[in-house]
Amino acid sequence: MNYLEHIGKYFIMLKQVFKKPQKWSVFKEMLFREVEDLGLKSLGIITFISFFVGGVVAIQTALNVDSPFIPKYLIGFATKRSMILEFAPTFMSIILAGKVGSYISSSIGTMRVTEQIDALDVMGINSLNYLVLPKIIAALFFYPLLILLAMFLGIVGGYFAGVLTGLFFSEDYIYGIQLDFNTYFVKYAVIKTLVFAFVIATIPSYHGYYVKGGSLEVGRASTQAVVWTSVVIILLNYFLTQMLLG
Amino acid sequence: MIEVKNLYKEFDGTPVLKGISTTFEKGKTSMIIGQSGSGKTVFLKCLLGLHKHEKGSIIFDGRDYEDLKDKEHRQLRQEMGMVFQGGALYDSLTIEENVMFPLKMFTNNSFGEMLERVNTVLKRVNLENVNNKFPAELSGGMQKRVAIARAIVMNPKYLFCDEPNSGLDPNTATVIDNLIQEITKEYQMITIINSHDMNSVMEIGEKIVFLKNGVKAWEGTNKEIFKTENEAIVDFVYSSNLFKKVREVYLNETK
Repeated sequence: MNYLEHIGKYFIMLKQVFKKPQKWSVFKEMLFREVEDLGLKSLGIITFISFFVGGVVAIQTALNVDSPFIPKYLIGFATKRSMILEFAPTFMSIILAGKVGSYISSSIGTMRVTEQIDALDVMGINSLNYLVLPKIIAALFFYPLLILLAMFLGIVGGYFAGVLTGLFFSEDYIYGIQLDFNTYFVKYAVIKTLVFAFVIATIPSYHGYYVKGGSLEVGRASTQAVVWTSVVIILLNYFLTQMLLG
Repeated sequence: MIEVKNLYKEFDGTPVLKGISTTFEKGKTSMIIGQSGSGKTVFLKCLLGLHKHEKGSIIFDGRDYEDLKDKEHRQLRQEMGMVFQGGALYDSLTIEENVMFPLKMFTNNSFGEMLERVNTVLKRVNLENVNNKFPAELSGGMQKRVAIARAIVMNPKYLFCDEPNSGLDPNTATVIDNLIQEITKEYQMITIINSHDMNSVMEIGEKIVFLKNGVKAWEGTNKEIFKTENEAIVDFVYSSNLFKKVREVYLNETK
C-alpha cells in the first residue's frame, strides 16, 4: 500500500471516529480510563525526564558561557526559553509518542488480532468511535497540562543543577527566568502540544486498528506507529514554528 | 429463519463463495463444515455482516440485510450473539464487566437489573463466583463459557459460533457442545456453528452444511451423514479410520 493510500485510509478512519458516542455513560467511563492510562501513567516519566533535561540544559549553557562579558543571568533565560519553546512541547511529545504511541498501537492491535474488535462490530458498536475518540479527548485534555508541568520542572531542574554544582548563583538564575517573559511563547507551546496530542492519539490508533496477522505484526505495527508519530511530530513542529513564530 | 440465497463473495477477483443457498431454522443447531480454505469463516462473516457480499441475499426473518437502513442494521446486530474462536473477551474488563458490556451499551437498565441478568446467564453456563476475575485467570473452557454468556445476555435471536471447541479437551468440548444445544432449544435461537470438530458435528449437528471450494457440496442432518454416498462429504468426514469404523457399525446396526 502506498503512502497516499495510508493517508486516505487515515482520514476515512477519522470520519468514523468523530461520530456521536452511542452511549454517553460508557463513553465517560472510557474517557476516565484513558485519562489514567495515557495521562496519569505518563506523569512519572515526564517529571523525571523534564527535571533532568532542564538540569542538563542549564549546565551546558553555563559551561559554554565562560566569557566575563556575558551575564550569568542568561543561563536562566536560555534554560527557560529552551524548555518553553522546544524541550517541553516537542521533546516531551516525542517521549510520549514512544511511550503512549506503542501502548495505543499494541493494545488496539492486540484487540484486532484476538477478534475483540470484531466482537464490538458484531454487537453493532462503532469500534473506532468507541476505542479512539476517548483517547483523543483524553490526550487533548491532559497533554497540555503535562507539558506545562514539564516546563516548570525543567526550569526547576536547571536551578538545582546549577546552584548545587556552584556553576551560577541562585539570584542570577531567578532573574534570568523572569527576564522578558513572553506569555505568547507559552501559548505557542500549548498550541503545538494540542496538535501533537492529536497525532499521538490517532496515528498509533490507525496502525493498531488496521493490523493484520498475529503478535509479530502487532509488534511491527507498534514500531511503525512510534516511527511515524515521531516523523509527523517533527514535520509539524517545523511548519507550526514557521506559522506561529515566523 | 435465516435464508441465504445465491451468496457470492470474492477477494481481489478471487471467488471464495460461489453462489451458496441454504436456510437455517429456529431452535436448531446448524453446523457449517469444510476443509480449511473452503470458505466457512467467510460465509460466517458474511452472515454477521463483517464481510460485504457481492451477489445474493441474506434474509433474517424476512429482513434482507442489504435493504436495511443504518438504524435497522444496528437493531439487527443487537439480535445477534457471537462466540469467537478465542473467546474475544475484553482483557481489561472483569468477567462481570465483560458479560454486562452489551447491556450497558444497549439498555437503560439499572446496575442492579444488569447484575441480576449477568448472574442469571453466568449461572446458566455453570459459572459462579467468577464475577471479579479477569479472563486471563480462567481456563480455556471457562473463557468459552463466559463468551457464551456474553453472547446470550441480550436474549439474541441468532447465535453464531466460530469453532467453539478449538483448543479444548474432549470432555470440555462436549460440555460446550451440549451447552450450546441446550440454550438453542431453551431460547429458541437460530444457532450456526462453524466447526472442524467431527465429534460436535455428529453430536449436535441438526443441520449440516458442507462447503467445498466455496460451493455447498452437501446438506443434511447428523443422521443422514452416516448414510450419504456423497463422495465429497464421505472423503471429508470419514478420513480417519476411527470414523470409518463408527460409520460401519452405525450402518450395520441400522440395517
